[in-house]
Amino acid sequence: MNNVVIAENLGKCYGSLRALNGISFAIREGECCGFLGHNGAGKTTTMRMIYGLSTVDEGRLTIFGRPVRLTPPAIKSLIGIVPQEDNLDPDLNVLENLEVYGGLFGLRRREARERARDLLALMGLEDKTHAKVNELSGGLKRRLVIARALINRPRLVVLDEPTTGLDPQARHLVWQKLRALKSEGVTLVLTTHYMEEAAQLCDRLLVMHEGAILAEGSPRQLVERHTLPWAIEVLVLLDAIPAGLADKVAAAGGEALQVVDGLFLYATDGEDMWRRLDGWGVPPHACFLRPSNLEDVFLKLTGKGEED
Amino acid sequence: MGALRVLNRHLRVFGHTWQHSVMFTVIEPLLYLAAFGFGMSAFVREIEGMGYLEFLAPGMVALSALYAATFECSYGTFVRLHYQKTFLAMLAGPVTARDVILGEMLYGTLKSALFGTVILAVVALLGLVRSPQALAIPLLLAVQGVVFAALAMWYTAYITNIDYLNYYITLAILPFFLFGGLFFPVDSLPAWVQAANNLNPLYHSVEVCRALALGRAGAGLWLHVGVLALIGAVVLPLPLRLMEKRLIN
Repeated sequence: MNNVVIAENLGKCYGSLRALNGISFAIREGECCGFLGHNGAGKTTTMRMIYGLSTVDEGRLTIFGRPVRLTPPAIKSLIGIVPQEDNLDPDLNVLENLEVYGGLFGLRRREARERARDLLALMGLEDKTHAKVNELSGGLKRRLVIARALINRPRLVVLDEPTTGLDPQARHLVWQKLRALKSEGVTLVLTTHYMEEAAQLCDRLLVMHEGAILAEGSPRQLVERHTLPWAIEVLVLLDAIPAGLADKVAAAGGEALQVVDGLFLYATDGEDMWRRLDGWGVPPHACFLRPSNLEDVFLKLTGKGEED
Repeated sequence: MGALRVLNRHLRVFGHTWQHSVMFTVIEPLLYLAAFGFGMSAFVREIEGMGYLEFLAPGMVALSALYAATFECSYGTFVRLHYQKTFLAMLAGPVTARDVILGEMLYGTLKSALFGTVILAVVALLGLVRSPQALAIPLLLAVQGVVFAALAMWYTAYITNIDYLNYYITLAILPFFLFGGLFFPVDSLPAWVQAANNLNPLYHSVEVCRALALGRAGAGLWLHVGVLALIGAVVLPLPLRLMEKRLIN
C-alpha cells in the first residue's frame, strides 16, 4: 500500500518550547489515521506541517512522494483541510464560501458552483445555501467547513479536532459523513482527544504525548497491548482508599492506576478482582466494572507522563 | 496567479458591500470640500491662479484614495488576519503567504484608484476640473495606492491589538494629509516641514493630481511621480516578509 505521508524524525521548536520531539510515522493511502493526545501534545503542530502553515525545520516530511520544507501550493491542491477553528468567511454566504474557496483552486465559477451545490447536498446543507455563515449552528458550520475542504476533490483530508464543541447528534452526523468519505477511498488524518471518535473512525491510531509518539496500532490492538482486559473504576475520594491497595492489586495480578484524583484497577479476570474488593476495604457499590477501552490506554500512556 | 485568486475573494465581498464602502470613503472628502470650500472661499479669493475650491478639489481626490488603501490594509487586514482568520483559511488552499499578502495589497490599491476616481468624477461634475489631463489621475492613484496599502500592511503586521491602529492613523496618516499641501500651498510652511514633505508620498501625489486637473502637466511632474514610485518600490517588500513570519512558523 502506498504511503501518502511519511514523517521521519520530525522535530519542531517554538522558542524554548519543544513542540515535536523527532517523531516518525507513515500514513497509508485510503486509511483513517488518528492522532490522539492532550492539548499541546504536538498534534496540531504535526497537522500544520502537513498542510503548509509550519516549516519542517528538523527531520524529513514527504507528502505524495515529494519531500517538503513548507508544503507548496501544488501539494496543497491535493489536500483538504478542516482546521480546528471554523474560519469560514463571514463576509460571504454559505454557497459563496464554497465557490470562492473553489476559486482559490483555480476552478471556474460555474464548475465551483456545481461542486458547491453537490457538496451542500452531501452535507445536508441545501436549505442553508443562501444563509449567512454567522446564522449557522456549530454543527452546521462544521459540516460547511468539511464541505469546503472537499471542493478540490482532495486525495487526503486533514481534520484537526473535527467535532470539538459539537453536541452528540451533530458529532454522529459528522462521523457518518467522514465514514462515507473514507468509503470513497479518501485518506483521512484526524486529531482528536475524544476516545470514542478515535475508536469509531480510525483504522490506526498514534498516541502522542509531549511531542512524541508513545504508541501506535488499531484501537483494538492498543487495548490488547497496553491494558488488561477488565477495568474497575473506583468512584470514591482518594483519601477514603485504604493504604497499600495498589500492592494488593499487584499481588493479585492486576494493576492500579491513579490519574489525578481518580483510581482505576485493571485485571485479567474482572469478576475475580471485583469479589476481592470488599476484603481490601473498597466498597464494591462505589465501583464500576467494565471492559477496558481506549480511554484506559490513553490514561495509562499519557496520564502519568513517560511511565509506560 | 495566486494573488489574483485571493483578490477574487475580496472582489466578491466588495460586490456585497460596495454601496456602504463607497459611501463612507467618499463622504468624508466631500464634507471637507463643502466645509472648507464654503468657509474658506469667503476669505481666500485665489491661490496660485485658481479659486480655493479648484485648489482643494484634487487634494480631496488624493485623500479619498489615501483613505481607501489605508483602511482596507489596516483595519480590514487586521480583522481578516486576527478575527475572521481569513488568511489562515486561504492558506489551506493552494496559495502561498506571499499570494495572500499581495492579494490584500492589490485590493487596497484597486480601491484606492476606484474611490479616488469617484471623487474625481464628482468634482469634475462640479466644474472643478479644467483639463482632460485629469484622465491620467486614476493611474497615479494606483501608484499612490500601492504606497499606502504597503505602509498600512507593514504597520498592521507589527501590531497585535487593533487599538494600536489609531497611532498609525493619528501619527502617520493625519500629518501626511494635514501638511501635504491639500488645504493650503506647502510653501507657506516652515522650511523644515517643506523638506520633510519630500518624504511625504501624499504631497507628491497631490502635486501631480492638481497639475493634471488644471491642465498644467509638465516635465517637472515626473519628479513627483518618480519619487512616489520610488517610495512604493521601497515600501512594497516590507510587509511581505513581516506578514509571512506572522502566518508561517
